[in-house]
Amino acid sequence: MTTLTDPPQESFRLSMLLYDSRYRSMTIQVIVMILFMLGAAWLINNVIINFADAGKTFSFGFLGQSADYDISQRLIEYSSVSTHGRAAVVGVLNTLLVAVMGCIAATVIGVFVGILRLSNNWIVSRLAAVYVESLRNVPVLLWIVLTMAIVAEALPTPIMFRGGEATMSLFDTVVVSNRGIFIPRLVPSSYGLLLIPVIIASLFGLRLLGKRANRIQEKTGNRPSTLLASIGIVVVPAVVVFFGLSAISSNNQQVFVTSGVGEIGSVSDLAESEKRISYCHASGSAASLNGLRHLEELGITFKRKNYFNISAAETALATGKCGLMATSQSGSEQVVQRVSSQVKDGVIVSSFAGEFTEGRAMEIEFPVVTQKGIAKFEGGTHLRNSLIALWLALSLYTAAFIAEIVRAGILAVSHGQTEAANALGLRSGKTLRLVVLPQAMRVIFPPLISQYLNLTKNSSLAIAVGYMDVTGTLGGITLNQTGREMETLLLLMAVYLVISLTVSTAMNAYNERTKLKER
Amino acid sequence: MNWHTIGPTERVTHAGGMKMGTNVPGSRCSTQRMYQEEVIMNKSVFFGALTVAGLAAVAASAGTLDDVKARGKLNCGVSTGLVGFAAPDASGRWAGFDVTICRAVAAAVLGDQDAVEFVPTTGKTRFTALASGEVDLLARNTTWTLSRDVDLKFTFIGVNYYDGQGFMAPKALGISSAKELDGATVCIQTGTTTELNLADFFRANNISYEPVPIETNAEAQQQYLAGACDVFTTDASGLAATRAAFESPGDHVLLPEIISKEPLGPLVRHGDNEWGDIVRWTLNALISAEELGITSANLAELSAGTNNPEVNRILGSEGNMGEMLGLDAAWAARAIAVGGNYAEVFETNIGENTPIGLSRGLNALWTDGGLIYSPPFR
Ligand SMILES: N[C@@H](CCC(=O)N[C@@H](CS)C(=O)NCC(=O)O)C(=O)O
Repeated sequence: MTTLTDPPQESFRLSMLLYDSRYRSMTIQVIVMILFMLGAAWLINNVIINFADAGKTFSFGFLGQSADYDISQRLIEYSSVSTHGRAAVVGVLNTLLVAVMGCIAATVIGVFVGILRLSNNWIVSRLAAVYVESLRNVPVLLWIVLTMAIVAEALPTPIMFRGGEATMSLFDTVVVSNRGIFIPRLVPSSYGLLLIPVIIASLFGLRLLGKRANRIQEKTGNRPSTLLASIGIVVVPAVVVFFGLSAISSNNQQVFVTSGVGEIGSVSDLAESEKRISYCHASGSAASLNGLRHLEELGITFKRKNYFNISAAETALATGKCGLMATSQSGSEQVVQRVSSQVKDGVIVSSFAGEFTEGRAMEIEFPVVTQKGIAKFEGGTHLRNSLIALWLALSLYTAAFIAEIVRAGILAVSHGQTEAANALGLRSGKTLRLVVLPQAMRVIFPPLISQYLNLTKNSSLAIAVGYMDVTGTLGGITLNQTGREMETLLLLMAVYLVISLTVSTAMNAYNERTKLKER
Repeated sequence: MNWHTIGPTERVTHAGGMKMGTNVPGSRCSTQRMYQEEVIMNKSVFFGALTVAGLAAVAASAGTLDDVKARGKLNCGVSTGLVGFAAPDASGRWAGFDVTICRAVAAAVLGDQDAVEFVPTTGKTRFTALASGEVDLLARNTTWTLSRDVDLKFTFIGVNYYDGQGFMAPKALGISSAKELDGATVCIQTGTTTELNLADFFRANNISYEPVPIETNAEAQQQYLAGACDVFTTDASGLAATRAAFESPGDHVLLPEIISKEPLGPLVRHGDNEWGDIVRWTLNALISAEELGITSANLAELSAGTNNPEVNRILGSEGNMGEMLGLDAAWAARAIAVGGNYAEVFETNIGENTPIGLSRGLNALWTDGGLIYSPPFR
């Protein structure tokens, strides 16, 4: 018998940190950490010294100061008296807008082109290949600038629309001009918003219908046709509710509110008393839109002043920037009160019946070209050409990469799957949709996430076309006017970091849920 | 990784290749040029911030004069191209009203007017370039304002052009006053006082506009000519210079309103007063030269000595002004030799006989009813 003895208890020596593999990795990590901290400390120290040398302080106080510059595309209320902080938020929203629009468009185009590239039709697959190669091999900035140049130089100017040299598209509803695209805008009345829950409920009903069809198919092997029922579920409730609500709102009398020196009893009084009526138009408000139409019907000349929302219009009315606004009768007293509380002494705020109603539950506002003054478009939703150029360029560019990812994903699905599907009698479209793509998705998804991140970060090239994303506001004008490079760039990095991390966390969670569960 | 968060790599990696287009006259409006300016801007702002964080700790405090002498070259920030003020001429040599200031300082300090490295800066990058030490001196149509002086910490060494912001519109637009601009789409250069004045002007007059922010003058010009904006606004001198480069300048009018005061002048960093003094008195020497009748024609003759003591003090045959500045006696004579006195510099670059055709107006000498005035050389 051999006796097992414990190895001699070695006492710890310093050299073991280096030569003993149990400790070595630990030692290296500690050293790297120390070096990293030293490096960081050195950088931070330098910043502090340099700031002190230049007599600068490190502070985010500038975010609360007024920005003094204007931004054309703003998704929230903003004017030159707003703060730099708000300008940054406007920029972030613009970044998110173009990123979301871009990701959606890039995915649609990318999947389409990716599938086309695998087409058996030689011409089609070649064309798709040419698209992919030409887009992804040219820097995206050039695409952005090129798209902008085409939009700015090739499309008609507003003055041409006035003169009749250019006409609106799609039955006079859409303006395509070098100032951008103007599309009709839906303006809900105060009841119109009730349509939204109805539509959501309909969509829910659609799902139930689909589930029922699945159940029957599984039981009997025959899938009942759902087309008619689907149309019914979506259309009938919406139409019924629309007409019901319209009946109410078209009985809802509206009033005008004015501010000025004297009491006013009707619009014609006002037209006589003042040289030129200036009308406070709150975009997106049905009362405003109907008031505007009413004035037009009466043939009164007035000047239209556009404001971001009702409260901005009220403030403008109170400060005398415009003199007349429309509102619903029921709320008119509060409006008069709110406006009166803001006016200067001696200004009288009064309301009078307007002889017009709130109209339909959902009104449509069409863009028109102004006939007086500088030619421009009013009404509708304005997609500026900077947005369009950036959006198009980013999506077409990223789509080229996504197409390759999709192609790789499809090729990764074993050909046996297709053959098996064909053997079962599935046609090629269904094979792709039901058999190949669901499996390919698992391969496609992870690289797709990084394409979304790329698109979002590439959107920082926006300033090349004057699109005011967060790089343009916070990292551009604000940086320049306040001289706070350090603070703005750190904030900017934080913004992109947060956006990117949020996108990848969300997408990874989704990926986790859909990936093949291995046991 | 952080690289990616502030800008995709394309900008950086392609920079080298695109740089080749720099300074080719006539290519100012091309897309390539715009692309390259984008590169300049991004690099400059990013590296500017990096320099603050990085190695610059040592460099910042040393005397700029010593740095320039040791380098043998003056780094001078100018615009990316504004004919008459700063633009490369047909042979690629920088010339213009602002460029002459750079050359005069180089001549005074280094004795060679060509010992200048011209650094093109946009409205946006110019201050970062100066603050980070990339340039020693900025001469780029820059307006002297309180916040730039106090908050951005720059020293404006004087005014070489008294200007104001104006509007240019195509004749076809049919307007005769800026008050009629309600609803106009306006091209502006971003990072300028222009965009702030514009916001103020429209707010004060209760009219609306749609700003189109643009990085450089060349792009703004292209957008304006393409009709992407109704009007273009910047300093009136800049408008004149821009219009002069048009194919048919007669189709465009400058509106009568001047909506701001824009005293343009060269500037240096805070904290090095000796360097500021040199630049300031170089400009003053050009102005005094006009007042005292020193011209490029009679400079050599007057340098030998005259019976006007102030002329002698400027040109170095009397007194020790150069020594006080840390230069030699002939510093001012060399500065004046570059392009002549203030009047000559004005006339050859932007005066009435040039395509830009600016009259002296406010920029006449104080003795002629203008504002140009130099403190005495004493
Ligand atoms: N004076 C204003 C504006 C300066 C400015 O940007 N001027 C334009 C036109 S006058 C310019 O020099 N552009 C040349 C370029 O884009 O490089 C300021 O200092 O902010």
